Amino acid sequence: MRTPISYFLVVSVLLFTVGTVGVLIRKNALLIFMSVELQLNAVNLALVAFSRQLGNLTGQVLAFFSMVVAAAEVVVGLAIIVSLYRKRRSADVDDASLLRG
Amino acid sequence: MLALSILAQAPPATPQTATGHGPLIFTPVAPELILVGVALILLLYDALEPQRPHLALALATLAGIAGAAAYSVYLWFWVQRPDSPSSVLQGMVAADRFTVFFRLVILGAAFIATLLGYLYLERAGEVRGEYYPLLLFATAGMTLITAANDLIMVFLALEILSLSLYLMTGFSLRRLASAEASMKYFLLGAFSSAFFLYGIAFAYGATGTTNLPAIAHKLSGQVGPLALALGATGLLTVGFAFKVAAVPFHMWTPDAYQGAPTSVTAFMSAGTKVAAFAAFLRVFDVALSPLVWDWKPFVWALAAITMVVGGVLAIAQTNIKRMLAYSSIAHAGFILVGVTAASRQGIEASMFYLAAYAAMIVGAFGVVMLVSVRGERNLNFSSYAGLARRDPFLAAVLAVFMLSLAGIPPTAGFIAKVSVFEAAVQAGHWPLVLIGVLTSVIAAFYYIRVIVLMYMQEYLPGQEETEGLGREPVGRIAVAIPALLTLLFGVFPGVLFGLLKAASVIRF
Repeated sequence: MRTPISYFLVVSVLLFTVGTVGVLIRKNALLIFMSVELQLNAVNLALVAFSRQLGNLTGQVLAFFSMVVAAAEVVVGLAIIVSLYRKRRSADVDDASLLRG
Repeated sequence: MLALSILAQAPPATPQTATGHGPLIFTPVAPELILVGVALILLLYDALEPQRPHLALALATLAGIAGAAAYSVYLWFWVQRPDSPSSVLQGMVAADRFTVFFRLVILGAAFIATLLGYLYLERAGEVRGEYYPLLLFATAGMTLITAANDLIMVFLALEILSLSLYLMTGFSLRRLASAEASMKYFLLGAFSSAFFLYGIAFAYGATGTTNLPAIAHKLSGQVGPLALALGATGLLTVGFAFKVAAVPFHMWTPDAYQGAPTSVTAFMSAGTKVAAFAAFLRVFDVALSPLVWDWKPFVWALAAITMVVGGVLAIAQTNIKRMLAYSSIAHAGFILVGVTAASRQGIEASMFYLAAYAAMIVGAFGVVMLVSVRGERNLNFSSYAGLARRDPFLAAVLAVFMLSLAGIPPTAGFIAKVSVFEAAVQAGHWPLVLIGVLTSVIAAFYYIRVIVLMYMQEYLPGQEETEGLGREPVGRIAVAIPALLTLLFGVFPGVLFGLLKAASVIRF
């Protein structure tokens, strides 16, 4: 018996919500970034679930693309966060208050 | 050149569908191939040759952009051939004049930004070779997104341009503000990408495809759960609103624009907005056209809030880069007015607005960069007092851009505003037009203030550095071209509207 797609979608929506809330309430840049990764994984889950439901492979291919993009994002994102950390000795986004107004 | 001639002789097209297996035709993506090719060569050259002259990198970049632009002009005629397909590469890339028009606008902005970038790096003493490949990659992402005919392609192109721009924003290693801007831009950009991708997943779940025309086809037949389609529309709207910097998704814009090196700000303020709006228009007016009555109220509200908030917040700024950033937010609102109209006229007006906006914002940031002398200085309004006496040319050029941003004739900004308002009235959105006109009046205040400062206030010596105030001819040319275009489109808008008549048709 196949598990109904709604199960996967509920998990996906929950994961995405956890990620969104994490981005909004976390103060550490790395943790915010990890929350974004959680959102992307929620998307991947939804894509693969839809792909299985619809019986075509577009969703799974798209999930691969999203993984590659997430990996590229990690490369760029960690470089940016580390370079800021080296200058300021802190990865707290509340300390980043030079630009405001 | 060999590669180019092979591309030009692509085999004659056969009718091709989204799922068919026709021959691979690379002609419509040749401009991107040229840009990426030059970027890769420069990346290698910079890594292998530590003593490379800075000028060579800049000239190669300019040549690559000019080559891509020349090929785009060829494409303008190629897509009208009776045997050319409307989309290539399994329906991934659209081949129509809509994309060629936007490509030329973006490539123009990139050309000016390269000139400005060369000067900025020289003056700030931050000559590092990565700048040019990153700029070319970002440009390739921007031009590719205008041609994207599939949500996968839209997403990938969006990431190509975003990832390059995050790095360019943080290019000044010595300035903390640059790194900080880069981090904020990155975190919020990645956050918005996640929403965008979730929207794609929902659209796929609702229709079983990611191809834009196929989505429209499925949706108009009301096949599949509509709730998913509406969720997709909402998430895609949020994703695009982040990228075009519409309120309430604009928080990153002032910080990123202020912290980034000014030459990068000039590039991304024009390029990102044009590219994101091109994709916005295509996704919403092609794929989601069957849901037009569902997304219209949201985009309507976004346009109204964006115009008001962007316009009002700009008044309080004392830093000119920040002021221009809020002004670019307000302009996103005006362009959304054209998108809301969801008609041929609305698309045409938005396209005109984007071309005019690109010219004036690149130019305005260009002048700001020249007045900064070295790196990031003289950014307060007080530095502009009496500029007309110290440097009449820069003052005159900046005055043209300010008048155009305010929407005062005879500049392109005026025609652009009139045309989006006209399209909105035709579509029955007169309250939106009323809000737009009122915010334009408010906005005129802070644009005119700059002109008053430059022309009617005395320059107090010793207030800021002025030696070498942008005397290099490169900088002068880089701001003179957009100024001339701003006036040209303002006095003879027919030139551009003639092209738009042919370009505003999205083929599918």
